[in-house]
Amino acid sequence: MEEKLTLFNNRKRFGIEKNIDIIFKNTALVLSSFVAIILLGIILVVFFQSFESFSRYGLKFLVTSEWNPVKDEYGAFTAIYGTLVTSFLSLLITIPLGVGTAIFITEDFVPKVFREIIGSFVELLAAIPSVVLGLWAIFVMEPFFRDFFVFLHNLFGWIPLFSTEPTGRNSFLAILILVVMLLPIVTSIARDTLNQVPKKLRNAAYGIGASRWKTIFSVILPAALSGIMAGVLLALGRAMGETMAVTMIIGNSNAFSWSLLSPGYTISSMLANQFGEADGSQVSSLFYAAFVLMILSLVVNIFAQWLVKKFSLKY
Amino acid sequence: MNSLYYQKRLSRNIGDKFFTSLSVICALIAILPLIFLVTYILIKGGSQITPELFTLEPNPPGDDLDAGGINPALIGTLIITSIASIIAIPVGVGGGIYLAEYSKGGAFSRFIRFGVNVLAGVPSIIAGVFIYALIVSTKILFGSMYSGLAGGMALSILMLPTVIKTTDEGLKLVPNELRYASLGVGASMYTTILKVTLPSAFRSIATGVVLGIARAAGETAPLIFTALFSYYYIVGFEDLFYEMGSLAVLIYNFALEPYDAQNKLAWAASFILVLSILSVNIFSRLLAAFTEKTKRV
Repeated sequence: MEEKLTLFNNRKRFGIEKNIDIIFKNTALVLSSFVAIILLGIILVVFFQSFESFSRYGLKFLVTSEWNPVKDEYGAFTAIYGTLVTSFLSLLITIPLGVGTAIFITEDFVPKVFREIIGSFVELLAAIPSVVLGLWAIFVMEPFFRDFFVFLHNLFGWIPLFSTEPTGRNSFLAILILVVMLLPIVTSIARDTLNQVPKKLRNAAYGIGASRWKTIFSVILPAALSGIMAGVLLALGRAMGETMAVTMIIGNSNAFSWSLLSPGYTISSMLANQFGEADGSQVSSLFYAAFVLMILSLVVNIFAQWLVKKFSLKY
Repeated sequence: MNSLYYQKRLSRNIGDKFFTSLSVICALIAILPLIFLVTYILIKGGSQITPELFTLEPNPPGDDLDAGGINPALIGTLIITSIASIIAIPVGVGGGIYLAEYSKGGAFSRFIRFGVNVLAGVPSIIAGVFIYALIVSTKILFGSMYSGLAGGMALSILMLPTVIKTTDEGLKLVPNELRYASLGVGASMYTTILKVTLPSAFRSIATGVVLGIARAAGETAPLIFTALFSYYYIVGFEDLFYEMGSLAVLIYNFALEPYDAQNKLAWAASFILVLSILSVNIFSRLLAAFTEKTKRV
């Protein structure tokens, strides 16, 4: 008995084991701080590379649309306008579609199996690489919508947004392909938030005689609003940074036009097109454009995260 | 007198019918693109699949007769994605372990979790721009500029947030009793993590990581000015330091060629890419559903 106790008392961890434990913890700590290092690295590198262009053109870069490597004149207004207009208009189409789909999936119109199938279909859409969507847009969507654009131009040509003769690739097609890409994001986040709204709220509304859609509009959607808003903002960030599909279908022209039926440009498509063969001060200007894009998407993302934290459902 | 019965003509019932059909239409519009897209790729791309496709080099555009194959791009995608995984998985899993097992919800871990979410939202082309500035233009990798290695690094930046997040969330789901039991019998922290918590969270972490890899395999934007493109076979180790083709960049380059032969090659490459990505997704989804079912019993 005595012997056994001393055996246990003497059982200490070896020094080497302790060291391994400490090394393991510190390795994990270093690895986790990589995220912060990379994030800060991206911001600093892009900022310092754009410094030359920033000091030369200043904020004028944001409002002029001259892009002339021969004369060394750079302004990214066309690309910034294109980025904002394509992302906002595509969101405008996506929000009702995505929320409508999410409501369809969370209500019990059809048996659960079908709803789950539709839900996973929409999520699979998110897995398709954007370059494949671009390929599809070039060869299937563009011919399909050609007549529709002519019709649109003939009917609404007096509105600046439709004022140019449609010729092949244009911003409107970029908006449509963005809708296809954003739909899964908005739908899945809206569905998750709608599912989190407690059953009690719905039953209370039914109990005092509200119809199904009265309940959805006055009780369930308001309760889920913040989550849906966060999803919409995430989608906005995604839309602004989306590169491949947009580059392939937007037509890539730096000539500024208000019209959606003319070829356009976004910051990311400008980067994709010109970065490979740029030199001299053009590189710096492209970094400046990249910096603008990064700030835009950072602001949107951080705001989305803040919204999630601030207004997450408290039931 | 009939007011207790369902009345079709009541405005609230008409309104309900209207909105219900509206949401049905939304759902239909939402799934239409996937159906169109997948059937089109299966038909158009599937008809281009031949054995030579997997063994030949692509011919330079302009040769209208025969576009060749996609062997270098296929191998290139495998190599670049593997490089990205080799970098992102250890860093991501290690970082996730710190967040879930060691951190106590302090300022540092909050900042890192916030950073993970922000990094996940950084546009993919910015990752390419970053690696271009850091590695390609400085020729820091033994004097090589565009290289498969640089491409893999750019992709790893995109994979990292996914891996950290899935590790963090997977480990958080492991019940604390397991940890107490292991620590209680005298195991050290790292033994507990490596022998108890990581294995029990393995399946959920692996699913997330595989989905992250599938996502990275289709990314194009970070590669177009880091790995660039190559028409030639990958023959040896030193090819890592030169331009390397990938399926995604091949689709991008050849879709914009005016020649039919190249366009067909792009469709064939999309077929292979989409088929593999979708099957990975569906498989992991089924696996997740299966584990959930067995857990419930």
